[in-house]
Amino acid sequence: MTEALVFRQEFAVKGGDFTHAGEVACEIKNLLKELGLSPFVVRRASISAYEAEMNAIMYAWRGRLVLSVTPRRIRIIVEDSGPGIEDIDLAMREGWSTATPEMREMGFGAGMGLSNIKKNTDQFRIKSKVGRGTRLEMMILTNGREP
Amino acid sequence: MTLRDVQTLLEGELLTPGATLEIEFSGVFASDLMSDVLAFMNPGGILLTGQVNAHVVRTARLVEVAGIVVIQGKRPDAKVVGEAGENEVPIIATACSMFEACSRISRVLPEGGR
Repeated sequence: MTEALVFRQEFAVKGGDFTHAGEVACEIKNLLKELGLSPFVVRRASISAYEAEMNAIMYAWRGRLVLSVTPRRIRIIVEDSGPGIEDIDLAMREGWSTATPEMREMGFGAGMGLSNIKKNTDQFRIKSKVGRGTRLEMMILTNGREP
Repeated sequence: MTLRDVQTLLEGELLTPGATLEIEFSGVFASDLMSDVLAFMNPGGILLTGQVNAHVVRTARLVEVAGIVVIQGKRPDAKVVGEAGENEVPIIATACSMFEACSRISRVLPEGGR
């Protein structure tokens, strides 16, 4: 059975646009807060969105983020056109990163992003095609509680 | 312990005027790596950092920190301070090094707050 959609919004993410990086995630946070979701759930979803947004900005040419909310689930899909990921298992490993020195200078690219998304979601799927792009699908249950 | 206590301990300057400093914070996290802040910092703590770009403020908003302490005499530019102010994230600037700032706070922070 499909659940009634409470909310859906699409955001554009521009590769290399560090000035506005994080703004989409902050907007998502405000939207989820307004929907009355618990601070724990809002935090998990917005941190996952931020990590995915940063990845698209750091590595891809362009991308889009789609947020949809049903009574039971928050779903965030980030699709980008970009170089893709050659070895997903390696990319998932904490500390592994292909970030440039500029990204690291800003405090990013420590190789924590994908594993942090995994930690903050109830379901996480990643697909990538080298030379084409990457698609992240994240799901967070709205009734999640702090362990 | 409140942000006001931290400001006094570190002889800090409040860069976001009007911010309430009488907030009890839950812990301290010291890092220049926003990746680590996102992965490991608990909400309600204070963030000590040498980073002064807008990402610090955005990271702080997402993690819901009680306040940011910028160390080593660094200064975020007016735009970054403005974004913090608008979003009620206090920023305190101190001349202390990271080590000095941490050790001053650590000396008076109750056990368990670290």
